[in-house]
Amino acid sequence: MNRIELTRIPFIKNALKSRYPQLAVFIVMLAGYIFAILAGLIGTPVGSRNFSIVFVWIAWWAILILVAVPFLGRGWCAVCPIPLPGEWLQRGAVLSPPDKKPKWLNLRLPKFLRNIWLQNISFLLLALFSSVLLTTPNITGIVLAAMLFAAIGLSTVFERRSFCRYLCPVGGFIGLYSQTAPIELRIKDKQVCVSCEGKPCYNGSQAGYGCPWDVFPGGLTKNTYCGLCMECLRTCPHDNIVINLRPFSADLVKPSTRMDEAFKAFIMLGSAMIYAGVLLGPWGMFKDAAYNVGTSLWFIYAIIFLAIIFIFLPGVFTLGILKTKSALPLKQRFASFATALIPLGLMFWVAFSLSFVLTNASYILASLSDPLGLGWNLFGTENTTWQPMLTSILAPAQTLALVGGLIWSARTAQKIANEIRTSSIPAITFCFIATLIMLWLLL
Amino acid sequence: MKRSELISRILITVAIIGAVGTPLFVWARTPLIHARVAENGGWNPDTIKANIGEPLHLKLTSDDVVHGFAVGQMDMQSVDIMPGEVTDVTLKFDKPGIYTFFCTRWCGLNHWRMRGAIEVSGSSADPQLASVPIYVTLGLDIDAPHDAPVTPGNPPSPINGQQFMTNLQIDRSVDAYRTHSPYQIFDELKNSSLTEPQRWDVVAYIWKSNTTKESLTNGQQLFSKNCAACHGENGAGNGVFADKVAAGFGKGMSSANNGHPADFTDAKHMLGASPALLQGKILRGGMGTGMPMWGSIFTEEQIWDLIAYLYSFQFEYNK
Repeated sequence: MNRIELTRIPFIKNALKSRYPQLAVFIVMLAGYIFAILAGLIGTPVGSRNFSIVFVWIAWWAILILVAVPFLGRGWCAVCPIPLPGEWLQRGAVLSPPDKKPKWLNLRLPKFLRNIWLQNISFLLLALFSSVLLTTPNITGIVLAAMLFAAIGLSTVFERRSFCRYLCPVGGFIGLYSQTAPIELRIKDKQVCVSCEGKPCYNGSQAGYGCPWDVFPGGLTKNTYCGLCMECLRTCPHDNIVINLRPFSADLVKPSTRMDEAFKAFIMLGSAMIYAGVLLGPWGMFKDAAYNVGTSLWFIYAIIFLAIIFIFLPGVFTLGILKTKSALPLKQRFASFATALIPLGLMFWVAFSLSFVLTNASYILASLSDPLGLGWNLFGTENTTWQPMLTSILAPAQTLALVGGLIWSARTAQKIANEIRTSSIPAITFCFIATLIMLWLLL
Repeated sequence: MKRSELISRILITVAIIGAVGTPLFVWARTPLIHARVAENGGWNPDTIKANIGEPLHLKLTSDDVVHGFAVGQMDMQSVDIMPGEVTDVTLKFDKPGIYTFFCTRWCGLNHWRMRGAIEVSGSSADPQLASVPIYVTLGLDIDAPHDAPVTPGNPPSPINGQQFMTNLQIDRSVDAYRTHSPYQIFDELKNSSLTEPQRWDVVAYIWKSNTTKESLTNGQQLFSKNCAACHGENGAGNGVFADKVAAGFGKGMSSANNGHPADFTDAKHMLGASPALLQGKILRGGMGTGMPMWGSIFTEEQIWDLIAYLYSFQFEYNK
């Protein structure tokens, strides 16, 4: 498949290799993140007027799911401020070359945790509390602070970016969906990596740090675990690392074989459907159940939520592929075909997010002028009234996203079926029914 | 340490201190008065200090629903406080004392409990002592049953009553009106030659002659704004909060109506109550019921206007 090597352009290459542009972005992002924590803790408790809610759950989410993930994959991870304090502490430096002796414990995470199950769990934990988290500024402030401190804590105990790689509730699905993005970090020539002495891209050198994401770039075949931090671009002594522009979903040709990733696809698909029903649907009882955390109604909601994700959806999917003829065992077929759900899941999230982002985007202007709710009017937009935006294009855009997602997933399923030599019909049927349900929920 | 490393560390430190310090600094220097429904704490702070003659600038914000702000016994327009927004209010006091500020929006069942105090200190050139309420002077037990034993079949008409007044020896003064219940006047007329409906018409006339159109209009506005949530727009004790008030206060609380707000359309209840008694109830509130005390909020004149309006549920002032 055709690829355009972006790092051939000297400006791009220099901007990515130099630490200073990245550091400047880091400093702004970290200050913004800390400001969001404080706004959540000391600002107005009214979510629609609080900077932390409006900027994290509306502005950031919109950028993440509608732009960053579909077009830049892990582009957000490249500028995310959460791991920075821990990483700087771990390295004992911001820019200077790493010491030979680690400053902290530098342990390796136990093997049984080196997968994305912890990320699946952390995402689900936030998802189950999302009605409260997404609307209550001080809870948002606490969760943002907790993630920052968790990242610092893990950096002092475990090596590299253990938080990003194994715990971050957002990182899991960004990784999953980054496979669809038209951008990738890869090597030019595998032979160069094989013969490279010391593997500085993984182990670090005077030019930079060993891969913070615990990835050997020479073996990269998909975007999932590459955080686009650009360290390998700096450390590679052979100029063998490139950033490519590529066709969408290029990584999905090789289906996943891992159950943690397969279930991630179901978690994301199911969560988008449940959110569409609970948060955007007309059923007040569901909203009450989701919002009243700790009540028996909420426990029922939580059980149903988890049952849909872990039993119902995978169960129906398994029944579909159970009788298909294949040389592969069922478990492997399950994991492989779950890969086909990735484009559909992403488009479900795009369609769902369009609803609440366009509905609530006008809050951004008011919050920008008075971020702490102290009566300021910094940009003269403090009194902007709430007004849903682009309502006329919402339903067509959602339909387009969902139908496009279905076609995209169907094509992916066909490619996977060819790869593992079996029928794609059950997976496509599953995607079709899921799309119909999502269309019904959203429109 | 390399220079670039040092500069980076300084920049990061400045950014972190700025991101933490700036919001904390401006937040600490901008004291807001937060309004929350009474169940979640009401006003915070609920006590404000001020000095006579000095403007008091307040920044009000709501942490939940729409609230309103006004200061009792003060000539001011109430202002709305919108969730997450800040409303500026400037007050000036010319008399010392403790003023009550209160919510003016029906924000919830316990809306009436959303009150706070403004302690105004300083000395006034024109100190005015509050007058003792009539119910205290009369020694009225405002919690005692006061039902009228007899009530009219139809609403009494003051216009009819006026024609019988010429031959009657009856005290029509304000004091007499305020200290007697309609039934008491009706009873005093028992030795006259008038029939029972005619006696009620005379009572209606006396009540009408002690009020004015402006007073009734003012009383109606006060009632709609402050009373109707529980007592109902039509005065029948069936306002939007009535059932919840009854559920909250009906059990085990001393209340004439088993916790329900008073029904001003009930002739037995209203015609047995003197304006003095009603003044006492409004001033003090209903102990152990959902009825709040209004003494620190309404002026004496406002209370008399309100009372005049309450009797309009019994007397057809227009007929």
